[in-house]
Formats: sequence, C-alpha cells, structure tokens
Amino acid sequence: MISDKINENSPWQDLTEGNKLFEAATSREFKTGEWRTQRPVHDAEKCRDCFLCVPVCPDMSILVTKEEKIEFDMDHCKGCGICAKVCPFNAISMEV
Amino acid sequence: MKNTIEIRWHGRGGQGAKTAALLLADVSFKAGKYVQGFPEYGPERMGAPITAYNRISDLPITVHSNIYEPDYVVVVDEGLLDGINVTAGLSPEGAVIVNSAKSPEEIVPKLRGYKGKVYTVDARKISVATLGKYFPNSPMLAAVVAVSKVMDKEQFLGEMEASYKHKFSKKPEVIEGNMNALRMTFEEVNV
Amino acid sequence: MSIRERLSGNEAVAYAIKQINPDVMPAFPITPSTEIPQYVASYIANGDIDTEFIHVESEHSSMSAAIGASAAGARTLTATSSCGLALMWEELYVAASDRLPIVLALVNRALSGPININADHSDSMGARDSGWIQIYAESNQEAYDNFLQSFKIAENKDVMLPVMICQDGFITSHGVENIELVEDELVKEFAGERKPLHYLLNEKEPMAIGPYAVSNYYMESKRGQRQAMLNAKKVILSVAEEFEKISGRKYGFFEEYRMEDAEYAIVIIGSAAGTAKAAIEEIRNTTGKKVGLVKIRVFRPFPDEEIAEALKNVKAIAILDRSEMFSATGGPLGAEVTAALYRAKVQAEVVNYIYGLGGRDITTDDFHKVYEELYRMAETHEVRDNYRYIGLRE
Repeated sequence: MISDKINENSPWQDLTEGNKLFEAATSREFKTGEWRTQRPVHDAEKCRDCFLCVPVCPDMSILVTKEEKIEFDMDHCKGCGICAKVCPFNAISMEV
Repeated sequence: MKNTIEIRWHGRGGQGAKTAALLLADVSFKAGKYVQGFPEYGPERMGAPITAYNRISDLPITVHSNIYEPDYVVVVDEGLLDGINVTAGLSPEGAVIVNSAKSPEEIVPKLRGYKGKVYTVDARKISVATLGKYFPNSPMLAAVVAVSKVMDKEQFLGEMEASYKHKFSKKPEVIEGNMNALRMTFEEVNV
Repeated sequence: MSIRERLSGNEAVAYAIKQINPDVMPAFPITPSTEIPQYVASYIANGDIDTEFIHVESEHSSMSAAIGASAAGARTLTATSSCGLALMWEELYVAASDRLPIVLALVNRALSGPININADHSDSMGARDSGWIQIYAESNQEAYDNFLQSFKIAENKDVMLPVMICQDGFITSHGVENIELVEDELVKEFAGERKPLHYLLNEKEPMAIGPYAVSNYYMESKRGQRQAMLNAKKVILSVAEEFEKISGRKYGFFEEYRMEDAEYAIVIIGSAAGTAKAAIEEIRNTTGKKVGLVKIRVFRPFPDEEIAEALKNVKAIAILDRSEMFSATGGPLGAEVTAALYRAKVQAEVVNYIYGLGGRDITTDDFHKVYEELYRMAETHEVRDNYRYIGLRE
C-alpha cells in the first residue's frame, strides 16, 4: 500500500511523480467519520428492510449484511442525515 | 550585384500581393536561392492597403525585420499611389513597378520625387487577354522578375511551368493561359 | 540526405507533427497559431496520419482534453497563441504538476490589452512559472528542429514535464524561409513512440491522478517538479546530441554567436536574434569592434551558470526583453540573466532593454545603437537607465 509508505513525514523524494496513486479505492483510507456531528441510529423494530436508505447515502456508508440487514460504516458516515429523511418508517433517527 | 535583393509589395487585401510575394519566394527558392517571403500583418480587410516583402539571396538570410530600404517596389494597385508613399526608402539604383495602363512618364508625378527607374505594366490588359479574367498576380510576378533580373527569364518560365503543372494538375487548361500571361508580360513592361 | 524546402514556421511545425504522428491533438484556433491545427487537420483528412483530432470549444478545454489524453497514455499536443494560452492558465499548472509530457506549439503573440495580434513574448513569459519547459526559436528551421526534439525531452523518465515550443508570431510563423527537413524514416526512428510507465488506460495498474495535495504535501510535490526541471537540463543536451546525428544541426541551451573574442554582448530570445547577427557582421566588418550575441534557446530550465560562463569575459552586456514585466528590474530575461551574472560575480556593465512589444519592428540599425551604448558603458562604467526601450516614441 502506497498510503503506508507516504505520510506527512515523507521527504519530497518519496512522493510519487505527479502525486500519482497506484491503487484503487484509496478513499477508504480517509476516515471522514471524524467530520460527524450527528450520528444515525437504527431502530430494527421499525425497519422493514426496504433498503431505500442504501443508494441515497453519499458516502456509501450503509452496508447490507449477509442477513440482509443494514449496518452503518461509522468510519466514513459524515452524519448528513439523508438516510433518516428518506426512511418511510422513521426507522433511522439522528442523535447527537 | 549585392548579395541580397529586397523587394516591397504594395497591394490591397484580397488582390493577391501577399500570394505574389510568396510565389516569388517559391520560384526563387526553386532557382536555388535563399528566400524570405512575408506579409506585414495588421487589422487588414479586403481592400485595405497591405504590404508584403521578399528577400532573395545567394547566401543564408538571418534578418527578420521588415524592409525599409528596398531595391524594388511593386505596386499592384495604382490607386495606392495617392495615399501611400510607395517609394519611401527605395534605392535610386532600384526601380518601382506599377500596375497601370499609363506610361511611366504619367506615373512619375505621383511618386513624390523618386529619382530611380519607373516601370509600368498593364496587368489587366495582359490578364484579360490571356486568362479572360483579371488576376494581377502572374503579370506582376513576371514584371518584377523581368525588371530585377533576380533570375534568368527562361529559368523563371521553366520553374513557373513546373509549378503550374503541379498546382493545376486537375485543370491543365489554365496552365497555357498563365504561361502566356507571364510571357506577354516580359514583352509588355514599359520603361 | 536532408530535404531542401521552403516553408513558413507554422507549416514547418505542422510538418514536424505529421512526421511524428502523435496520438491526440485537441486544439482551438487563434491567430497566429491557427494554421498549425488547420494543416494537421488536413493531414488527418488526407489519411497521412492517424492522430485523433479533438474539436473543443475553448483553449481551457483543449488543455483539459490534452491532460486527459496524456494521462491516459497518449502522445498529446496542442497549439495556441496569446489569449488562448491565457485561457489555458490553470490547466498549464495542472499539466506540469501531474507530470504529463504534453507538447504545446506556441506561436508567440502579445497578450491583450490593448488587443494586438502581433509578436511579443508576453504570453509565454507570463507562463514561465507554470512548470513547463520552454524552448524558443530564431527561425522556421529552429521551430521545426525544436519540435522534433520536444517529445523525447518531455517523455524522458527523469523529466516527465510538458514542453512549450515557441516561435515568433507572423515573423517566423507566417514568413516563408528556406528550411532543411529531416527524412521521414529518420524522424520516425528518432521520435519513436511514447512508452508510458504509468497511464490511466493500463488495466493492470489502477491509478489516480491529480489528487488534492494538502499543505503537508504541496511543497514536497513542487520540489519534485523542480527536480524534474533540473534533470531536464541533461536530457535537453543529450536529445540535442542525438538530433545532431540525424540532422547535422547542433543545439544547446543557447547559441553563442561571435562570442569567442566578444567584448560587447547582447542577450536575446527569438527571431530578432537573426537581425542582431546581421548587425554583428556589419559592425565587425566595418569597425572591427568585438561584438557578439547569446541567443537563449532554453528559458526553462534556465541555464543560469552556463549563461554567466558564456558572458564572463565581456565588458558590457545588453539584455533584450520582448515582454514587459512592470518591475523595477526590467523584463524577465533581464532579471534572470542579471541574477545569474551577480551570483557568478561577473563584473560586466549590464543594461536591460524592452523591445518589439506588440510586433514593433526591430532593425539592424537598432542593434547598432545598442552596441554603441555598450561601448559607452564599458568606457565610462556608467549605466544611464537599466530599464529602457528600443523603438519607443518618447
């Protein structure tokens, strides 16, 4: 992983030419969950597993488990609340 | 003869003075010379006065400025004589060639005291007689070669014929007319 | 045997493009560079080359498309002038920082305003800090030769920088002159094909290009660009050496003309150098004064030590700039050459002239006057004004 080798202490010689990154999906390394001021809370009782929240999440932070249940990726969820807005059953609430 | 012959063309946008300067560069190049052919660009429009230049030499040319003291001046449009001092800086050992049906004596009074030789050539008459239309380029090109002797007449005609054959490969019927225009000019230049 | 021809500067560069047959050319027309994409489009239409021509709606887009194509792995070029270059501005920096070996055929023209279509170097000099290599030409021959060498410099693995091949608008771009062309097969062999190490269309190596560099990375990234510029010096000379083998023509960072015994020197860029050479011959033949010329070919990377070395024995130097900088130190060439001389502790008297803005002509007579001023400066050790003009009505 290049991101293991290059960090804020790297001398200029260690940066890649033109800052090119030779791996895919490096955005995973960037933990945007730190930005969150509110977090989504899932109420499994109310949830009908419709998964409407999954495609609307701008950070692809709502994951569907093998049991076909939703799960939040709190490393990357920014707490925008869109999932709570679209949920027809009020199964997601935003809490501080 | 000095190393470099410098020629200044005065014409109007759309008349082909620039093309004539480039043609002269072309034919001189084919005759083995070092050449420059370049127009002076500004906000010119169709009909506005334009200037173009030639340097022709047996040695490589490095100068990249315009020409202020030409050896020859070619005036493609007689009407320019009133507004422009076409002989400005022109060498008295050189000559000015004007496209006009008039005689050189009639043109001299318009040349602001120029002391060198004055030639006229009726490019319209030649062009209409040989091509059926008014294209002043070929007669003026032949006239400047005839007057400046920048190259031998037969060599010039030979190179031009080769060039026309290439240029008009799909319209061979116009080659003869253009060649006649050139030949006729050599006879028609008025001293 | 080389091919004897007569071409305008634009035709010459277009012919070089034809011989190299690059992969992609996005371009938008602007005087006086318009003929270059026009000729290339004809070559493509006639089936002479298979370059992909991209019609774009602006120069901002032509450079953006060039960046995309080059990042994808294609050998990419464009052409522009003046305001066209200005509209590319932010993309110029992106191309350089992404380390993309794009070549730009620049036909130098004054930047507006006031609006003007004629030659000066204000467009490329404004872009001198963008991270592009800049190579200038005196003649059509040099514009052609420089273009043939451009991709080999840009694509060298130690360089990987975009290159601007500059020539003076109208003066060389539209002037027909004698030229010697290199045979097609020799160019093909010399220019080769681009073999990118990393490129977006390589499915075996996923790659992201142009990422956001926060403060923690930006300076280190810029230092990397400077290293590429330093490396380019060696590469430019080795490519020139290789080019000499196929053309017989020698190139360096600059040309030294009659400098072997020169006491008075002019430093200049571009087509006016040829006029200066004619003046030098006149002066040497009539007065015997030892006058010479240093004509800058490579402005970026700037060959500071080499220039100082070339000028170390002269008594007086005039540095001529064809662009205004509105600084206290004269034009960009004046400022950089003077700094190089100071560091090398060269003691010559130095004066900076601004000339030829917006196509103002410069003649052999003007050069005579500049040399006369140098004789006076060397004699009196007095520089009257270090920021002066040639041909200005005052």
